[in-house]
Amino acid sequence: MIPLMHVILDVSEEAVKAGAREFQEVLEAKLRKEFLSEDVRILESANLGVSGRGVCLLVYPDEVYYGNLKPGDAARIVEQHFINGKPVEELFLGSPETRRLMEWRRKEGIIKKGRGRVVLDNVGAVDPESLSEYRSRDGFKALEEAVRNGTPEGVLETVKESGLRGRGGAGFPTGMKWEAVKDAPGDRKYVICNADEGEPGTFKDRILLEGDPFRILEAMALAGYATGAREGFVYVRGEYRTSIDRLENAIRLSRDAGYLGPNVLGSSFSFEVKVKEGAGAYICGEETALIESLEGKRGTPRLKPPYPTTEGLWGRPTVVNNVETLANVPPILRNGAAWFRQFGTERSPGTKIYLIIGHVVSPGLVEMETTTSLRELIYGFGGGIRGRRRLKAVQVGGSSGGIFDPSVLDEAMHFDALKEKGGILGSGSMLVMDETTCIVDMVHGILNFFLHESCGSCVPCRIGNERLVRAVNGFRTGSARMSDIDLLEEIASAMKVASYCALGQSPYLPLATAIRYFREEFAEHVNGKCRAGVCRFNVLKERQEAQRWMLAMSR
Amino acid sequence: MTTRQIVRSLEPTQDNLLAILHRVQNDSTRNFLDEPEIREVADYLELPYSFVYGVATFYSMFSVQPRGRHVVRVCASPPCHLMGGRTIRDELREYLGVEFGDTTEDGLFTLEMSSCLGTCGIAPAMMIDGEIYGNLDGVRLREIIDRKRREEP
Ligand SMILES: Cc1cc2nc3c(=O)[nH]c(=O)nc-3n(C[C@H](O)[C@H](O)[C@H](O)COP(=O)(O)O)c2cc1C
Ligand code: SF4
Ligand code: FES
Ligand code: FES
Repeated sequence: MIPLMHVILDVSEEAVKAGAREFQEVLEAKLRKEFLSEDVRILESANLGVSGRGVCLLVYPDEVYYGNLKPGDAARIVEQHFINGKPVEELFLGSPETRRLMEWRRKEGIIKKGRGRVVLDNVGAVDPESLSEYRSRDGFKALEEAVRNGTPEGVLETVKESGLRGRGGAGFPTGMKWEAVKDAPGDRKYVICNADEGEPGTFKDRILLEGDPFRILEAMALAGYATGAREGFVYVRGEYRTSIDRLENAIRLSRDAGYLGPNVLGSSFSFEVKVKEGAGAYICGEETALIESLEGKRGTPRLKPPYPTTEGLWGRPTVVNNVETLANVPPILRNGAAWFRQFGTERSPGTKIYLIIGHVVSPGLVEMETTTSLRELIYGFGGGIRGRRRLKAVQVGGSSGGIFDPSVLDEAMHFDALKEKGGILGSGSMLVMDETTCIVDMVHGILNFFLHESCGSCVPCRIGNERLVRAVNGFRTGSARMSDIDLLEEIASAMKVASYCALGQSPYLPLATAIRYFREEFAEHVNGKCRAGVCRFNVLKERQEAQRWMLAMSR
Repeated sequence: MTTRQIVRSLEPTQDNLLAILHRVQNDSTRNFLDEPEIREVADYLELPYSFVYGVATFYSMFSVQPRGRHVVRVCASPPCHLMGGRTIRDELREYLGVEFGDTTEDGLFTLEMSSCLGTCGIAPAMMIDGEIYGNLDGVRLREIIDRKRREEP
């Protein structure tokens, strides 16, 4: 029997210390007593997206968060909420501000509107460790249809028609990538799922892998079927333990049931998937560095071309796709390209998972059509700026994305969004900054990140990042000159031209946009003024901090 | 299991190198890869010692220096920084009494900086031995560290 409700209990170490297990016992007993054990399934998660709020519970499909629960609250939640459909507001998680927002979102149907049109529909609605629950939601139907009644060409055609574009940051058309691999000579080909998710501000792939791992396997098998690959790898960053475990489990169950392995569902198509674990390196998200790492080497990028589509893993044609990209594939094949194209825009069909973080009332992630404006995301979903402060800036697309002022709020967040303004949609992360933020200080943090994550194999990036950090530090300590503003941009544009891979090209965007929109603030810093009051202009302190960074990195 | 057995628990192909290093390090009480271990892995995969050492030092999750029983990795990426990460880093440094990259005298904690841990919705965040802690402030930080200390025999 497939349950009607799922409640996810936080079983992080902290929650357990706060009494999560005792609460679970009482809740289970109450559900048994009400004959609801089958209809309400309790799932466990060690990373619910809340932290330090005692015993926490997330209830689907209503998406209600409870926090600081005591065992005595279980009965009330079951009776009032589960049975009578009235969530217990007093037990909601968070400040009065977040509670009001959650209640409003529920009433407005924001959650229902944003949730699960295409890719997130199973997350929270199925037990990620149960194949039968995945199947109950049309799971593996697309693969079954393909291997029984379809052709590789047909699958490829649908993906091409859908206009699906890569969700890993560059927005490259997925159908074209698959076609290139299909047409590449050679009988050994591979499919790689890029689950190295390291772009600061991004955690969507983790949510997909933890919440709906079977879907990624189905998508990989479909990619293999369409391109002629017989083997796939999911490269998961080493920190995502739960994702790795759930994938391993899903692979085992899918293999046992014949969805993976030799002769999938009795057909002549065979497909194996293995999980490969990263070990902490942002650069391994870059597809050629990822391939090097997967082969068991240091993760340093290869020169492109040749692209992985012709010379990838072990020199063979290889599809590399992001987790979210793949998550779109099964629903596209089940419902058709036209269905998919009814969402979003002509050039960016479908939905996108957006991550709204920083100074908002309620940080988190939401799936919306690509026609959604930044304003809707920040004020609708995110609940606006915390503490009734004013919005100052937003960085769109992760650390490699542009930093804008509120004049861009009404832009729709599709793949070519902000292009004329020098921006990218990137990973879909929106870092919201209020007026207490110092732009110079943020830029310093961003540049430090790139310095730390530069693989060091080419000079423009290795030396350039160091120079950039040093130059921007001058603004924080009061030793910069006006001409240094242009110097920053000059160094970054030289790196953009001369660097070996896209990491070395990345500092340019955040830097150039920050200077374009907030030049005044850089100038003020030259005169020893930080309007946000963040910078202390203490040369020695900042030197110390810089030394700390260098030391921490070299060890 | 002996190191030899752990190393041999996976097929001797180079693409298993990272996985083998993870397994060996997870088994180490001091959370690191020592020279004989790296040599054992290199021999098994028929790779030069220097190559395996080079791989081990490339990735931030591996260490070739002994570390504490618990590895504290504080996120230093911009979203956490925005939400007060620098204060958290300073407080941790003070409370543990060590610099980043160092280990406390009692051998319990090694303090490290990390890039984004993929939990930015609960920034500022840190990871201790694979477990995530978010929405950190000075008080919670001390509680968490104290709890780890109390758990020691
Ligand atoms: C420095 C750097 C880091 C990257 N990190 C990731 C990542 O974590 N995940 C990802 O899917 N793509 C990442 N990419 C993009 C990949 O190189 C590649 O374009 C992507 O995996 C292709 O998948 P898609 O077509 O489905 O988007 C990164 C690129 C660069 C240059
Ligand atoms: S640009 Fe940076 S990350 Fe890319 S190869 Fe050069 S040093 Fe490595
Ligand atoms: S460094 Fe600028 S406001 Fe601070
Ligand atoms: S920025 Fe700290 S967890 Fe993502």
